Amino acid sequence: MTRTLRSFLSNRLALAGLVMVLLLALGAVLAPWLTHYSPTQTDFTGLQQAPSSKHLLGTDELGRDIFSRVLFGARVSLVAGLISVSIALVLGGLIGLVAGFYGGWLDNLLMRLTDAMLAFPFLVLAIALAAVLGPSLQNTLIAIGIVTTPVFARLVRGQALAERPRDYVQAAVALGGGDLRILLRHLLPNITGPLIVQVSLSTAAAVLAEATLSFLGLGIQPPTPSWGSMLNAARGYLAYAPWMAIFPGLAIFLAVLAFNLIGDGLRDALDPRTKK
Amino acid sequence: MILFVLRRLVGGLPTLLLVTLLVFALTRVLPGDPATLLLGEEANPQLAAKLREQLGLNRPILVQYGAWLGGLVQGDLGRSIRDNEKVSPIIWQKLPTSLELAFFALAIALLLGVPAGVVAALRRGSATDAGVTVLALSGISIPNFFLGILLVYLFSIRLDWIPPSGYVEPWVDLRKNLLLMLLPAFTLGTALAGAIARFTRNSLLEVLSQDYVRTARAKGLGERIVVWRHALRNAAIPVVTVIGLQLGGLLGGAVITEQVFSIPGFGRLVVDSVFNRDFPVLQAVVLISAISVFLVNVLVDLLYAAIDPRIRYG
Repeated sequence: MTRTLRSFLSNRLALAGLVMVLLLALGAVLAPWLTHYSPTQTDFTGLQQAPSSKHLLGTDELGRDIFSRVLFGARVSLVAGLISVSIALVLGGLIGLVAGFYGGWLDNLLMRLTDAMLAFPFLVLAIALAAVLGPSLQNTLIAIGIVTTPVFARLVRGQALAERPRDYVQAAVALGGGDLRILLRHLLPNITGPLIVQVSLSTAAAVLAEATLSFLGLGIQPPTPSWGSMLNAARGYLAYAPWMAIFPGLAIFLAVLAFNLIGDGLRDALDPRTKK
Repeated sequence: MILFVLRRLVGGLPTLLLVTLLVFALTRVLPGDPATLLLGEEANPQLAAKLREQLGLNRPILVQYGAWLGGLVQGDLGRSIRDNEKVSPIIWQKLPTSLELAFFALAIALLLGVPAGVVAALRRGSATDAGVTVLALSGISIPNFFLGILLVYLFSIRLDWIPPSGYVEPWVDLRKNLLLMLLPAFTLGTALAGAIARFTRNSLLEVLSQDYVRTARAKGLGERIVVWRHALRNAAIPVVTVIGLQLGGLLGGAVITEQVFSIPGFGRLVVDSVFNRDFPVLQAVVLISAISVFLVNVLVDLLYAAIDPRIRYG
């Protein structure tokens, strides 16, 4: 693992991604201390002001401070990314472990179902689910989590299938270890590498999906600041107040890019073929 | 060949059947009753009951599924709740617009992605290579709607070169149609361009280290012929695969792109059906997108044979 870590840290792009995510997380956590403006406090004497020393990134159509909204929006975005991917990881991981470990008709059934879900375009399914569940933060997370689940199910099943005949698994079975114990204690730790890569890439996709759903008005509802809904509101004022669109847009872009960079770096670091 | 296509299609039937089941479950099994969803929470209960009756919602769930499936097989996707129009003609009418958009997006993605990937592979480890890597990943990471808005700001508002949104049928005014397609196609194509560039680079690097490339060089062929004729052709398979895999992404991207540029296509129908609470239409568009992804993947398999003569389907 140390070799992998060293390889990852020597990858400048991956490192840049890691720094960006850390800064973002820091900004999200420290948001109330980094700005004295509330993200929801309207100010009708200062509507749509251009960026200045008073309002670092300007104000929006209700006079709210955009810097503050972008910072607090990071909370929504990161929470959305982490929680929806956790849902997918737990659900998909469980499905994959069970399918790969037991095989047979159960595997067949679960994988058919996974195939069917993977046939849907990610975003179209997320939109449909979010629409049926109704717009709220919680439902957005559930929708994105469900749509991300089959990817993890496939991945974990493949890994479990490859590990199943290995001696250490067979030994654990022979020693009479309970199935659950074998799955979680023996199998899972041995397939974490590819899982971490997928977690990182899926987080990028989840952050993007949350922003997209919120942009369409199907995700996080106002007045909670979310980058996607900020961009949606900004569309009508593009000619006079472009900063309203540019900063939340940049925030989404950089957050997604950062998680993708980390995922890429991890994949290269874990891939024995790319040894330098 | 035909046999192969048939076998692939039949082999996919169980999955497709599950797809229809999932689409059906999406609106029926999940919490929430379509009648309430349609009429809102505070609806008159009698009205809701009548609507439920009208939609056949009080029949057993399996009977409902059977009836819906029976309609599907005959190409009947039901009727829109909003205006009681048949869903299939609506979709047929919107599909060409989205296909045009997708076609241009794919063209832009190939024109940008393949050369970028080739250049990066040939100059592996150089600043150009790093630049292509960052650009490609940026293309994948930038939200469609943000890129679309940026392009509108730059080319429509600032420079005033291109109208910000709208659509004109190509047979009405071809020039205007192409002009209006430019920004949306670029918006939609960038993610695919990024993916294509990455796969072209990696795949070409793998191929370039193989014996027959060395042979081709050894017998004195020009570098250009070696790369473009010998290596790229063999590097193309993973690239074609990635295009097939990205089709779902292209469809999802079209939903957003059509929304941003007010293009009345299939993707717009997805969003409209959601906001109109028009569940028969939503079911239909979700189902059709899944089926298109499936069909394109069969097509991709056939393309392999065209690229690589060693692959034959009996």
